[in-house]
Amino acid sequence: MEDSEKKAPSVIDRYFTRWYKTDLKGKACEDHCILQHSNRICVITLAESHPILQNGRKIKNINYQISDGCSRLKNKVSGKSKRGGQFLTEFAPLCRITCTDEQEYTIFSCIRGRLLEVNEAILNKPDLLLEKPSTEGYIAVILPKFEESKSVTEGLLTRERYEEVLTKRNQQEEPC
Amino acid sequence: MLSFKEKDRPIVRKLLCAGCCVRCVLRFCCVGTCSAYRRSYEVSHDPENHLPTNKRLRIDEGSTEGSVTAAQTDSDICPVCLGVLQDFCEPTFAKQVSDAVKNQQYEFDSLVLTVSLPAQLSVREHSCWLHVKKEIREKSMCLGKEDVIQVKDAFKWAVQGKIGQELGAAVLSSCEVSVGFMHPETEEDCHFLANTCPDCFKPTKNKASIFTRMAVVKALEKISEEKFSRSVFSISETSYCRYNKFSRELPQTPWVIDGERRMDGSVEELIAAPLLSSFRADGFNFSSSGREDVDVRTLGNGRPFAVELLNPHRAKFNRTEIKQLQETINQSSDKIRVRDLQIVTREATSRMKEGEEEKTKTYSALIWTQKAIDSTDLEFLDLKIAQKTPLRVLHRRPLAVRPRLIHSMSSIYLDRHHFTLKLCTQAGTYIKEFVHGDFGRTKPNLCDLMKTNADILELDVESVDIDWPPAIPD
Repeated sequence: MEDSEKKAPSVIDRYFTRWYKTDLKGKACEDHCILQHSNRICVITLAESHPILQNGRKIKNINYQISDGCSRLKNKVSGKSKRGGQFLTEFAPLCRITCTDEQEYTIFSCIRGRLLEVNEAILNKPDLLLEKPSTEGYIAVILPKFEESKSVTEGLLTRERYEEVLTKRNQQEEPC
Repeated sequence: MLSFKEKDRPIVRKLLCAGCCVRCVLRFCCVGTCSAYRRSYEVSHDPENHLPTNKRLRIDEGSTEGSVTAAQTDSDICPVCLGVLQDFCEPTFAKQVSDAVKNQQYEFDSLVLTVSLPAQLSVREHSCWLHVKKEIREKSMCLGKEDVIQVKDAFKWAVQGKIGQELGAAVLSSCEVSVGFMHPETEEDCHFLANTCPDCFKPTKNKASIFTRMAVVKALEKISEEKFSRSVFSISETSYCRYNKFSRELPQTPWVIDGERRMDGSVEELIAAPLLSSFRADGFNFSSSGREDVDVRTLGNGRPFAVELLNPHRAKFNRTEIKQLQETINQSSDKIRVRDLQIVTREATSRMKEGEEEKTKTYSALIWTQKAIDSTDLEFLDLKIAQKTPLRVLHRRPLAVRPRLIHSMSSIYLDRHHFTLKLCTQAGTYIKEFVHGDFGRTKPNLCDLMKTNADILELDVESVDIDWPPAIPD
């Protein structure tokens, strides 16, 4: 029987590939992690280096209303082909998160695709985002177009490249 | 004595194996003597075989040695004439017809028998003809379709004389006794022709169905042999069974993405291969009462499944032969096992699909927990859960929330980070997602209940709780 120290591959390890987009819209350290399932569905999450997850920050508010006419909460898909889902491009905002220190952060889609759902659990329990950013604290689920399943990650970094970025940052001591 | 010759042997054998009746065999051997059709053909019980449903038909070949036998199972109906040339050619039926005429108190001293047959018989006749033609071509004999005796003629030869005798009338042409045959169960046999030769079937005001005999015959003349063989499905056999899957590296159906095979083998292929060759079928359709993942075993009585064999060249098997077939499948691989193999009608598939929606399933799962546990942590209650469509299948299923019941759970403590979880759940419950939570999209999940991260390492299906197909004792 396996020792708990030597952990078996987790659900994410088994089914997903981790991709990263760093410094979204030029903002230092605002890194996102895109979990791409083997069936091409992508889950957008905060990367562990995102400012929200640093320095014991607390979340004051999460807002899915990104403009007067558009709320991600109103997203509704139906049927197998997920008709009706809002189509997103890479820099489409998913939500705005305000921390207790009044810092505001926008979380972006990072990939092209149809929005399937946003995580409503974090509206009620924002701590989920802080405690389990890669699982229960996910932001959104997006379905890329079938033809774009492979190309959708072309602008993204692999785990190795992401770690290189982190190393470089540490050397330069960029504040986050 | 019959008029079978040595050259007829291959045709006789092929047709008897397909379940044809004697008179149809005679027809396709172009036997043109009325007496051959008039005589009675005994169907006797074979004393060697103790199974009451097994009947054997013996045909004396007269000059040639030995006899050609055909094993007939419960459905003795000839697939070509649908029984018209079987019981309906026996004296009892002739008497029935005569009595019906007598009751009406017609006066006549001569009669003629006319017969009307359902359109689908032409389809079956054509199919049988192509079947036999292949055999003839191989043995380089000459036989034209026009040489084959028509069902209508064979019937008249068999019965007309008897009816005339009963009614004390000579067979001439003044009074018409007409016998009409209908077989609603096979009416759909013709329908595929509407797709292949649409211009032959034009709706007319007077007729109920566009599939008139004239139209069907015309369409059969037009359709090419290959197209016909591909389209016709009237002769198909469905066999039912349950399967066990002992491998964690075997998909149920072939795993192919973008034309590339991702994993070798599949339950479907392992089961169908021996069936395809025994039934000498052109293809198959596999369906089952639900399915399991590649890495999940199916234990216990197994999962009900059905294989429909398309265009089987051999359709009759007795119980012993089926048992043998089951053995062959089981010997072919240690990754699967089948039981209760039996042949049934196509309509029975709906019962099997019932299991997918309505019945309960029992599972056994090996669970890992992050926090150290002891056996007191494993006390569970009856549970209602809500599962959003798992991410794992969301690409091909609609997004929805499914309420599901976990009827019961029990556990076997293994060590500080492992235990076996046994569950009995409502059909359609995603077990893996119940354990790890699927990003919190299944609520509540085992992690919530046990207040720890948990994951599923192995899963077995212990039973699919549907008591169908009926168990066949070993």
